[in-house]
This record gives sequence, structure tokens and C-alpha cells, in this order.
Amino acid sequence: MKKILLYSVLLIFGLVAPFLFPAFKLQISFLWILIILAMTWDVQGGQMGYNTFGNILFFGIGMYLCAGIQIGMFFPLAEWTVSGGEKTFVHTPTQYFQGFFVGLVAAGIIPAIVAGLIGYGILGLRGHYFAICTLALGIAAGEIAGGIELIGAGQGMTSPPWPKNIGDTELRSEFFYYICFVLMIATFVFLRWAYTTRFGLVLNAIRDNEDKAEAMGIYTMRYKIIGWVVSAFFVGMAGGLMGNMVGYIEPTEVAFAGPTFGVFMILMAILGGKGTLWGPVIGATVFHLFKEGFWTFFLGWQYVALGVLIVVIVVFFPEGIMGWLREKYPEKFGEVIDEADRKAQVELK
Amino acid sequence: MPPKFIGGIFFTNFMDLLIFKAPILMVQASMDGILLGILFALIAYGMALQWGVMNIINIAQGELVIMGGYVAYFMYVIGIHPAFGVIVSPIIMYFVGVGLYKLVINKVVDRDLFISILATFGISILTQQLMNFIFGADVVVAQSNFGTTMLFDNSVTLPNSKIFSALVSVIVAIVLVIYMKKSKLGRAIRATAQNSRAAKILGVDTEKVYAATFGINAALCGVAGSLIAITFTLHPYVGLPYTVRSFMIVIVAGLGNLPGVAISGMGLGVFEEFADYLLGTEFRIGAVFLLLVLILVYRRFKLSRKREYLK
Repeated sequence: MKKILLYSVLLIFGLVAPFLFPAFKLQISFLWILIILAMTWDVQGGQMGYNTFGNILFFGIGMYLCAGIQIGMFFPLAEWTVSGGEKTFVHTPTQYFQGFFVGLVAAGIIPAIVAGLIGYGILGLRGHYFAICTLALGIAAGEIAGGIELIGAGQGMTSPPWPKNIGDTELRSEFFYYICFVLMIATFVFLRWAYTTRFGLVLNAIRDNEDKAEAMGIYTMRYKIIGWVVSAFFVGMAGGLMGNMVGYIEPTEVAFAGPTFGVFMILMAILGGKGTLWGPVIGATVFHLFKEGFWTFFLGWQYVALGVLIVVIVVFFPEGIMGWLREKYPEKFGEVIDEADRKAQVELK
Repeated sequence: MPPKFIGGIFFTNFMDLLIFKAPILMVQASMDGILLGILFALIAYGMALQWGVMNIINIAQGELVIMGGYVAYFMYVIGIHPAFGVIVSPIIMYFVGVGLYKLVINKVVDRDLFISILATFGISILTQQLMNFIFGADVVVAQSNFGTTMLFDNSVTLPNSKIFSALVSVIVAIVLVIYMKKSKLGRAIRATAQNSRAAKILGVDTEKVYAATFGINAALCGVAGSLIAITFTLHPYVGLPYTVRSFMIVIVAGLGNLPGVAISGMGLGVFEEFADYLLGTEFRIGAVFLLLVLILVYRRFKLSRKREYLK
């Protein structure tokens, strides 16, 4: 009962937020995107124990793909990027929405296929080899995208602007707000369901001891690939949305942005507590509030602050907010502690 | 301007290379690659050292290199010949390394490897930005005015600074190997690498050894960085490729295998020069990163035949 109340309050908040805080519509949409990124990172990093730096690859692929399809369905893509986009070609509202939805679906499906194809090779690596391999993959993608002139090379490309004759920018941000919100809810509900099934149990078994899981007769590779495909699907769609919201796609700063979104997603999941359902959501919210609230005070020192933040969180606070709460109020998490036994163990140490 | 595609670029450059410039460019690219690779090997040796001893993968390795380079650049700006950076830079970087160890690294040494990767990634972002503030985001180079050497009827040009840097790298590597073999600290480092618990029992202050190892690694990066400053260019954000290169060299050669490190470093250098000529400069870094992915995946498939995995 309490849970239903909590969920409905959050849901109603999400639905009315753009009218409560009209000035922060875009910021809250970014928050939903960040929550999606943190939750999907947690499928690998938290639940499966595979610390990936490479989910940003799917983010960038989704972004380029969505914008590319939106443009390419109606106009020649090469001329669009050369001419700087919207000056020469104008989408009608029907064209815009057709392109947007086709692009968004493709931005989910094709990164998922890519994840499935490369998954067999890359998910066979473990530990730090996996981490560095995925890090290299994300950066290689950014470098290669920066060399392809069809999608604007290093200068980047613009995504199609909102059609002028159907409403102002307020309507635009409301539209993107609700799409982001729906995608976030879909990700949350899907993962919440998936963690209760056998799939979730297998992911946790892989994290705890992959060799043993394999010895128990689980074909772990299949589950690892499925996990990555799920992540890639949602991250790709988030990327497609992000490209449209920002309006401008640049290979290393926006699309394959390893030092920003690529690290943010890891940081948010760790800050909130990895391996939990709510951890990434809380972590993303706290991180985003902190970032938006204090970012402007740093005056160009933002990335220095980010570096310090990473080191501090990772070194001194690796269990995250949820882990800390769990330590503090174990009974709320359904854990029963035998005080006498605990005392004995502390004395033993 | 009509759009170009990757295939087109590759094909035209390839034909150009094959038909018109083949033998000369081959020699040129190989020489450049080998001289460059020796530098990479020096950085990789530092990485192998601290990986083997402390079991830490330092993502900030490349940033240490660039920082060392900026020391040489600073000397060039105030009027001292940048080649002296080879002596000054490692001394400064040694203390930077020890300070970094005391501040952050000692807290992640015996923790999960991912924590050390992420923590050093944070350090890497931090130092990039600090260097950006101090030295600006421009590409800089410290001119050494060493001139160039012409080979084979002036068809192959080798800047003397590159030859100088390769020579210095070799000398530094030899000195380091002797030091590790003969000195007391070197023995302590090797003992700690073999078994830190046993070393501790036998009276080795492992904390000091770790600090010294990280300092020596940073000093090696300082030497390499000051050589890069006089032979190539410096920029605050180009550190990560050096990290990835050294990681790649180490996983190909293995820990504690100096000839292997040298040979695979040169191999990587030659690969890069050829990728530069064949694919175009814009894909050079991308090719390096992709090569790492390919090497790891290749080794993973090779090991999986024996039902093993990279660990």
C-alpha cells in the first residue's frame, strides 16, 4: 500500500512537473535521460558486475541514427550536413513527426543489434580488460565518427529543428519532456520486472561468481548479451532523444561524450548505490540537482570539480547512498540482524 | 565539396602509396614508427612496473606524460633549451607521482580494480583541466633546433630530435633495468611485486615501495613527456591515447618482459604511421583504439578455446 502511494505520488509529480516548474522543463527532461543512462549502466555495472565504460557507444549511435533518419527520409543527408541543415531544407510537421518516431525506434533497435553482434566478442573479457576494452570502443567510435564527412565529421551536424508553424518552443519542450518521461518510466518498469525474473537472478549470479554460475549449467554468455542488448536499446533511444533536444550533434562532445555522459552514468549509479533498483534513480537525481545547482558557481572549474567528485565518490563512498542506508537501517531492507552475532564478529576483528 | 566516404579516402591514399611513393614511404613510415615506438615502450614500461607491483591500472598515465611534456615546454618558454627537460622533468614528476600516491592511490591499492580505474580516470579529467587552465588549450611544441638528417639521397628525412629521443629512451631504460637489478630499492620493488605479504613480513616497507614505484613511473612519464614535447606536439587533451597505447603494449608483451615491451612498442609505432598514411590522419587515434579492441577480442577467442579467459 505504501509502495503504491509512493509510486503514484512520483508519477503524478512527473506528469505535472512541466506546469509546476515551467522554467525547468528542459532540465527535468535531462534528468529523465540521466536516470535512463544510470539505470541501464547499472544492468551491467551493478547487477552483472561488468563495469562498462562503453555504453556511451550506443548513446552516440542512437543519436546519429535518429537524426540521420529524420533527415535522410526526406532530404539528401550529405547536402544537409554540408549546407548547415535547416537553412536549405524545411520539414513539414507531418514529415517531422514521421521522421522522429521512425528515427527513435531505429535508434533503439539498431544499437541493440550492434550490442548483440559485438557482445559475444567483448563480453568474454572480464574485469579490467572489459572496462578498458569498452573505454577504447567508445572513444574509437567518437574518433571514427569525427572522420566521416557524411555526418558532418568533426564539426558535427544539426538535428532537424522543431517545425515552426505548429507551436512555439514551449510546446516543443513539453513534447520532449513527455517523451523522455515515458521512456524513463518504460525503462524503470521493464528493469523492475526483469530483476524479479530468472534473468535478474542470473545476472546477480554472474556478478557473484561467473565460473560457479557456469558450472551450475547456466549459459552465462547468453544472459550477458541479453543484458547488454536491453541496455543498448534504452540508451540508444535516450541518445536519439538527446540529439533532438540539444539540436546539435558533435562527435566527441555530445554524441560519444566519454568524459561527460560516459562518466556521469557510472558516477550516478555508484553515487546512488550500484546493484539496486532505486540507487541509480536517486544517484542521478542527487547528481543532477548538485550539477545544475552548483555548476555555475565553479566558473570554468566545472571539470576540475567533476574530477575531484569522481575521486571522492569512488574512493570514499563506493557503496553509495543506498548502500549507506542499508548499513544504517538494515531492517527497512528486510534484513534481520542478530546483534549478539554481530558483536561477536566485531570483537573477532 | 562533394562528401567523401571512408572507403574513398582509404582507396585513394592506398593507391597513391602503392604506385607512386611505395618504397620511400615504406622506409619513412617504418623509421618514424620505430623511433616513435621506442618512446611508447618507455611509457609502457612505467605502466607495466606499477601494474605489476601495485596491481593498478593508471588511466592518468597519459596525463602524467603530457604534464612532463609541459615541464619541458615551460623551460623552453623561459629560455632554457627544452632538451634539459629530460633531466628536470623526471625530478619534478617523481614528486608529483609520490604526492599523487599519498593523496589518492594509496587508498585504492588493495581494492577492487575497477575502483582504481575509475579513480585514476577522475585524476585524468582533473589534470587535463588543470593543464588546460595553466597552459591553454592550444597545440604547443618546444622547438629543439636539432636539425634533420637526410638518408638515401634526401628521400627519407629524419628529424634529429626523434633520433635524440629514441637514444635517450634507450639509455633511460637501460639505467632503469640496472637500477632495478642492483639497487636495494629495486630489489625491494621486485620482492613486493612477487609477493607483497611475504615482503612485508621480511621487513620491506611496502608503503614506501609503492610510493617509490608510482614516483618512478611518473618520472619515466616525465622523461617520455619531455621527449614528446621536443619531437611532437603537446595538447592538454591528448593524454588518453598514450594510456591506451601503453596498456596495449603491456597486454601484448606481458608484465616484466622488457624486450617484449620494446618490440611491441616499435610494432605499434609502425602500425600507427602506416594507419596515418593509409587511412588519413583523422583516423589515426581511432585506429589505435580499435586495434586495442581487436587485440583483446582476439586474445579472448584464443583463450576461450582452452576454456580460459583474460583475467
